Amino acid sequence: MEATIEVSGLRKRFGSAQALDGMSFTVLPGQVTGFVGPNGAGKSTTMRIILGLDAADEGTALTGGVAYRTLRHPLSHVGALLDAAALQPSRSARNHLLWLAHSQGMGGRRADEVLALTGLASVARRKAGGFSLGMRQRLGIAAALLGDPPVIMMDEPFNGMDPEGIVWMRGFLKSLAAEGRAVLVSSHLMSELQDTAGHLIVIGRGQVIADTSVAALIEAASGERVELRTPARTEAMTVLAHAGATVAATAPDQLTVSGLPAQKIVAALTDGHVPFTEVAAHRATLEEAYMELTRDAVEFPAGGARR
Amino acid sequence: MTVIAPYRSGQRPGPDGFAQLLHAEWTKFRTVRGWVIGTIVAVVVAAGIGLLGTGSGQHFCQQVASIGPARSGADCGLPVFRLGPDGEPVSDSFFFVRQPLAGNGSITVRVTSLTGLLPSSNPNGPPAPTRPGLQEWAKAGIIIKQDTGQGSRYAALMVAGGHGVRMQWNYTADTPGLPGIVGPASPRWLRLTRAGDVITGYDSADGTRWAQVGTVTLPGLPSTVQAGLFTASPDDNQESQHLGGGVNAGGGPTQATAVFDHVTAPGGSFTGGYVGSAEIPGTGGYHQAGGRYTVTGSGDIAPIPAGHGGPADAAATLTSYLLGTFAGLIALTVVAAMFMTAEYRRDLIRVTLAASPRRGRTLAAKAVVIGAVSFAAGLVSAIVALMAGTAITHARGYYEFPVAGPTVVRVVIGTAALAAVSAVLALAIGAMVRRSATAVAIVIAAIVLPYFLAVAAVVPLGAADWLLRITPAAGFAVQGPYPAYPQVTAIYSALSGYFPLAPGAGFAVLCGWTAVALAGAAWLLRRRDA
Repeated sequence: MEATIEVSGLRKRFGSAQALDGMSFTVLPGQVTGFVGPNGAGKSTTMRIILGLDAADEGTALTGGVAYRTLRHPLSHVGALLDAAALQPSRSARNHLLWLAHSQGMGGRRADEVLALTGLASVARRKAGGFSLGMRQRLGIAAALLGDPPVIMMDEPFNGMDPEGIVWMRGFLKSLAAEGRAVLVSSHLMSELQDTAGHLIVIGRGQVIADTSVAALIEAASGERVELRTPARTEAMTVLAHAGATVAATAPDQLTVSGLPAQKIVAALTDGHVPFTEVAAHRATLEEAYMELTRDAVEFPAGGARR
Repeated sequence: MTVIAPYRSGQRPGPDGFAQLLHAEWTKFRTVRGWVIGTIVAVVVAAGIGLLGTGSGQHFCQQVASIGPARSGADCGLPVFRLGPDGEPVSDSFFFVRQPLAGNGSITVRVTSLTGLLPSSNPNGPPAPTRPGLQEWAKAGIIIKQDTGQGSRYAALMVAGGHGVRMQWNYTADTPGLPGIVGPASPRWLRLTRAGDVITGYDSADGTRWAQVGTVTLPGLPSTVQAGLFTASPDDNQESQHLGGGVNAGGGPTQATAVFDHVTAPGGSFTGGYVGSAEIPGTGGYHQAGGRYTVTGSGDIAPIPAGHGGPADAAATLTSYLLGTFAGLIALTVVAAMFMTAEYRRDLIRVTLAASPRRGRTLAAKAVVIGAVSFAAGLVSAIVALMAGTAITHARGYYEFPVAGPTVVRVVIGTAALAAVSAVLALAIGAMVRRSATAVAIVIAAIVLPYFLAVAAVVPLGAADWLLRITPAAGFAVQGPYPAYPQVTAIYSALSGYFPLAPGAGFAVLCGWTAVALAGAAWLLRRRDA
């Protein structure tokens, strides 16, 4: 089957709240796709609909070209981690994986394999209820990998992980994608996906705001801005404002200038005899780009930034 | 754009049949220690309460001492139950005016009167009946009986105190004929005809127009049988059930006197005497003058209900051994409800349904697993309770109310089936309400509470009967070892093992509720977002 997720025109209403309002995107194999948006934007709802757990009011969600509910060995097609707390606390980690394996016609050996893969082999016989959130996340990932699926979907997998775990998780997700799988990872914190996601689907209010590569998003968010470091901040602001630039002070010796190319900034400062130590093109962080996007969706209409 | 080869799962998919779902759900069940322990607790509690009940039974010798010498067993040993042809305990004592009947033949009489005496209304009065009145099942008529031994085969046609003409045979069978109370103004003609093993009864109001009341085949009837007139009158049991389940039995022996004429019988002269013995020595007898036979007798020809009358009062019953079933069901239904609600407590249901998206099948797999586990638990607890109960009863010199082997098997299998279906009902309710506490409360209110109210006689007998007819507690009828006999006056309470519905019908009511709940659960599970 194709390692893809195709979501088209999803709408879903919970009572008076429109959770999804025309959600459409495609997740392609070979890269980690970040699925980001503020809390309540519709990430989890979308994922539940993809897994056939919730029914959409409108629209379709397909994995590998088919509806999830029609799959006969679903865990061999899609591995999902929705909620690491979704387990019976008194059941051991291995037994949790064992019943899942049995439901797919698989045996206990595969359970042992994924336990080793996620670093849980030494605690396999311990009750999952005693696990830290980070260990539960690993157990959830083990469950998602049970069927060795081409499509992997994880909801907030970084939650509760210690820094070491986060580093492990990033590497793990990238290696899964490098094997040719489609990997969709949701987060409400863009920083978690920095250096991990190659592609981003940014959503807000149940719609896609941006569907773009990480590089394009940062470039767009960076704009024509220049970082200026100067001991004479006030003089510099006066001179640059005169030259027609918009200037914002970001630190006691630092300004962000927009509306004027770097050469003209340097010329204006030289002409005005204002000393400066550094002029550099501004490079936005992913976090900044994301904040900008979610602050005002109109600046980046979904169509404008599409591939 | 780089082209990436699509990933292929390295896992060879196994079979995807229902067996895999069953395997998964069984693994789920057995890997939660609390559920396994809960099931074991159910078995222990169910069997244990029955044994406690057995221990509190009354010793037969104590019972004899409190009643008096009239009912003493042989040397205070185990009393001798008279058993009918089908192995059930019976009363078989009556005054019999008889003659041998060789080969085929017919006996005809007219009954012109049936009167009687009831126990004194003064509790300190004499033991013999003195107050005029007729016990409703006092009976007088004609009988063809294998021999004069108690418990032998027979067919009889009679007028009963308050129930018109009846044809009865082999103790348990009873069919009505002409209604109305017999008297000089409304005599009843009765005729019994033997042809081989077939005995047919006819009745008539005038001796010319006859109607067949019933016909019965008594296989193995000897060529010469005893035929004649009889009168019997059972004890007057003024029983009332009171709060807490006790039964007050007042009353005492009664007697009845019948007048027969137009007696036509093929044999020679009649001889009179008791089959069995008179309950109060000196009562009973007959005289004949000018073709009129006046026959006085006491006793009964009828089955003995468990827990009522004569030696059955103190007998241990299957029902008392299995009294702990309700407690076991509480434990089992808690486990069964949690087997479902635990899925919802932490949204595990999403993992379950992501692994097996066909929701109806998933629910079915859960039901099969919990049903099978509960069936096994019910089977073990019933077998342990019956075997241990019987052993204890015998070891202590108590005695048991006899129950036929196939009935014991039905009760044991029935108890297991009751446990299985109740657990599935609990699972279905758990799937609908999704909360453990709510589900358990509903299940207990639906299955155990009605049974408990009925058995403990917290509600009046009539209300108890309805509870055991329409609620899922009707399923307890599978544990009823004995049928209730309309022709024997007794309080047929659930405590004694009598249920208003037949075992199959009661079980069907439980299954009906369970099917409805399961259908509702499947509908909601399919329709609801997980």
